[in-house]
Amino acid sequence: MQRAMAGALFRPLTNDWNMQSKWNDGRPMEQFAAEFIKPNDRLSSFDRLEIYNRQYWFRILDCLYDDYPGLLAVVGEEQFLKLATAYLTKYQSDSYTLRNLGDRLEKFLLDEPHWTEPHQALAIDMVRFEWAQVVAFDGPAKPVVTPDDLIDTPPDKLRLGLQPYLSILKLDYPVDDFLIAVKKDADSLRGEASNAMNSAPSAHRESTQIPLPQPEVTYLAVHRFDNMLYFKRLEPEGHIILEALAAGSTLEAACVQAVERSTRTNPDWQALIKEWFDNWAALGWFCRR
Amino acid sequence: MPANPFNAHTEYGIGIGLRVPHYRHILANKPVVDWFEIISENFMVDGGRPLEVLDQILEQYRVVQHGVAIYFGSADKFDREHLRRLKRLVKYTQTPWLSDHLCWGSVDGRYTHDLLPMPYTFAVARHTAQKIREARDYLEVPICVENVSSYAEYHVSEMTEWEFLSEVVEQADCGILLDVNNIYVSSQNHNFDPYDYLNNVPHSRVGQIHIAGHSKFEKYILDTHDHPVLEPVWKMYAHAINLCGNTATLLEWDDRIPSFEEVHNEALKANQFRDNIVASSQTNK
Repeated sequence: MQRAMAGALFRPLTNDWNMQSKWNDGRPMEQFAAEFIKPNDRLSSFDRLEIYNRQYWFRILDCLYDDYPGLLAVVGEEQFLKLATAYLTKYQSDSYTLRNLGDRLEKFLLDEPHWTEPHQALAIDMVRFEWAQVVAFDGPAKPVVTPDDLIDTPPDKLRLGLQPYLSILKLDYPVDDFLIAVKKDADSLRGEASNAMNSAPSAHRESTQIPLPQPEVTYLAVHRFDNMLYFKRLEPEGHIILEALAAGSTLEAACVQAVERSTRTNPDWQALIKEWFDNWAALGWFCRR
Repeated sequence: MPANPFNAHTEYGIGIGLRVPHYRHILANKPVVDWFEIISENFMVDGGRPLEVLDQILEQYRVVQHGVAIYFGSADKFDREHLRRLKRLVKYTQTPWLSDHLCWGSVDGRYTHDLLPMPYTFAVARHTAQKIREARDYLEVPICVENVSSYAEYHVSEMTEWEFLSEVVEQADCGILLDVNNIYVSSQNHNFDPYDYLNNVPHSRVGQIHIAGHSKFEKYILDTHDHPVLEPVWKMYAHAINLCGNTATLLEWDDRIPSFEEVHNEALKANQFRDNIVASSQTNK
């Protein structure tokens, strides 16, 4: 019975926010619902099941509206609703917490690019950026390495870890500036308790008509400091170093990679790299591997 | 009863739910509140702002954990990662007791994120009681199960909801978080007398009470937690504490959340009923 009822809840609502009129096998939904749900003097079995069907979709759509305001602004509310419904139909929640509801959204949009055409690359960038914020908000932190931890290790042997809550992103669009313009409530916890959802996600959350950004390769760190969420632009070489460290390179090998791939002319590498590392260390990004 | 094994023999008064819009006010002004109820799942995270806030709250206040996703009634086995994280939080907060709902909400590892009503059968009661025992043994903390509000009933049910609740808690030897508003909502949706419910649950097992507001629609009532407590619910609350004693009471307000003072003042209205209990018990001495 639980499988039957959950199966009914997981089926998308109609465009008018009603329960579908037919069950999977073509039977009228009223007949299906009446097999396990009692009617009462005011509501049919269909009506009663529909209350739960609606609440399920209102709740999970509301969660995606909260966590992906940037994607919504990129594709527009009408298309966001369609793609969110398709995503949640294909990937039902497999976690006890709504925090993880969007953890397969990037994969979904890569597999089914038609949902975000003609802005696929921008939409993918935005989803990666918004998921990175979920991770940065409450992801784990490891003890920060101190100079004393490193003093005896030469650069060609030193391998630094990056904090698990830190995401290093190379993006094709400046989604950080765009999101700042559209996002108002970035820093909130998820659904509070057992209250019922009595309305569909509302259109007022959609951003006003902010122009979509033009392509511009953007290197970003998404992190937290003093438990506040931040986005930080990186230099291309800084991005190379951090990516290499994350992949397990030694400190020396990571810096060599950055220097070799750089297009700068005659920079003071020692000063630049020192400045970056001083800054990153002050932000607490480094931990033991 | 006020202090019993199911709330670890504590005598807590009026509490309110810890909610994000009130964080800044609470941390800055440190209002006098007897205790806060936290939603366990919001703090079963690995780091960041939620745990920072929790630390600061724990420095000042007593905290009781209330969960929304154990799903004692699901046919599925427990999500072990969920229980592991929950136990870590229980140790961290030192919650004297833990509550979650008498409901189901997941199937084959897929989550509805809702509190779905149980079929009231003896077989389901046995299964659910077994899961409650299993959770309690693992978590090593008293458990109270909360009656949910519901909008549907099943043909297979063999008893009333209050008989089912009683059957489960007796078999599990656990406590009850008696949600008076949920009883009222369900009574209106299913045409039963809410006082029959209140009168026929094992009062000695009530470790905590919830009160809340709800929303009326044309053909049913929804448990929306977005209003002050309505008069019929206050009357039921008065009756409940007459039966159960001055039990720890919490006001839930989860949507359209007003100022902290407004929520707290609404919760403190419960004191007028609690004071009556104290007065009448002193008169009877």
